[in-house]
Amino acid sequence: MSAPNLTPFRPEIAGTQPDYAANIYGSTALRAPRHAPVRIAQSITETTGPQFRQDRYPGNPDISKVPTGEAQGQRIVVEGHVRDEDGKPVPHTMIELWQANSCGRYHHEGDQHDAPLDQHFQGSGRVFTNAEGKYRYTTIKPGAYPWRNHHNAWRPNHIHYSLFGPGFATRLITQMYFEGDPLLKYDPIYNCIPDEAARTRLVASFELGLTEPEWALGYRFDIILRGRSATPFENDQTPAHAHAHAHDHGNH
Amino acid sequence: MPIATSSQTIGPYWHLLHDKAWSDLTRFGATGDIIHITGTITDGGGNLITDACVEIWQASPPVSETFEGFGRAATNAEGRYTFKTLRPTPLPGPNGPAGNSQQAPHIALTILARGLTKALTTRIYFHGDPGHETDPVLSLIEPQTRRATLIARETKPSVWTLDIQLQGANETVFLEI
Ligand SMILES: [Fe+2]
Repeated sequence: MSAPNLTPFRPEIAGTQPDYAANIYGSTALRAPRHAPVRIAQSITETTGPQFRQDRYPGNPDISKVPTGEAQGQRIVVEGHVRDEDGKPVPHTMIELWQANSCGRYHHEGDQHDAPLDQHFQGSGRVFTNAEGKYRYTTIKPGAYPWRNHHNAWRPNHIHYSLFGPGFATRLITQMYFEGDPLLKYDPIYNCIPDEAARTRLVASFELGLTEPEWALGYRFDIILRGRSATPFENDQTPAHAHAHAHDHGNH
Repeated sequence: MPIATSSQTIGPYWHLLHDKAWSDLTRFGATGDIIHITGTITDGGGNLITDACVEIWQASPPVSETFEGFGRAATNAEGRYTFKTLRPTPLPGPNGPAGNSQQAPHIALTILARGLTKALTTRIYFHGDPGHETDPVLSLIEPQTRRATLIARETKPSVWTLDIQLQGANETVFLEI
């Protein structure tokens, strides 16, 4: 094996990630820390991370059916490219997916929404990117569902994503939304992201070219993971800066 | 230049991914200094968090055929996470093997949950380790009394306990990486 790449990952760009505390999203009230996180210089613990072998973590790229039958709902294929902030593909990386069924109900004991379960839909999948960083899977379009954040709150149609990338610092949990969904403008989770362009990048676009005749509608959802910094040890300077940062924001 | 995709909460239904086996990092046959790590997670109201996804990653001992260094656990009805793994050894500091700093043995820990818009990251250190005084991450934490929130204690032989508070008087120190 070659020596691990220990170059740190770049810091986040202001406004493109949600804050922990968000008044519009009620569940953050008791869960968001009051202290700002302490910024550290990345070491081998952050610059390397778990890698998943496909023989131990087999892919399951078609969740639109189970052995006993096909799920109800609008069949879709989702394709995308996983790259880093330098535009380089992230090959052979694991993506985990989970979602509600076409009626907006999760196959989960905690979900008591009064919508039918589908015995042919389990709602979770796993795919790996190929050598070019591309992934593709088949599913059914998830339904919208109500939640209790505020009166008449409904989550827009979405598919949950989990990615690891090359290092512990590239871990990403996100949600993919659908172009044209009227619920997006009312959704506190989507709107926790301050930057409008960053929000919009979570919306998959319908693409006729990905659509399979007589079979499934096609959507594109590209993902960008943190890139490594151009100068290997530029965050050597962080200790002094970290103190100031923690104190400045200590009571927000 | 492309910009990193935004985080969104993992929500309450992430258990559709959950596999209990993943909390045992020795499941591919790893042998060595086996330890258990456990603790509760509470919110700012003192409520136990029973729907969290907790992940650990350790660069020591190094990844091998029998040890992947990664685990995932769900907090249970008592708000408790538990992992079985190998005890880590000291690691090179942020300047890499060429640098002159060394880190005390530690495991990185991530909490993902409903109400967390993005991952919360912290570290688990081991009480009594002589390297804590000079550890480059612990040394950054002020006031010094807060460093204890990252230090697990051996509550039974080979069982290390670290309780985590997301918010409040004894709030755990979280790290921006
Ligand atoms: Fe959801």
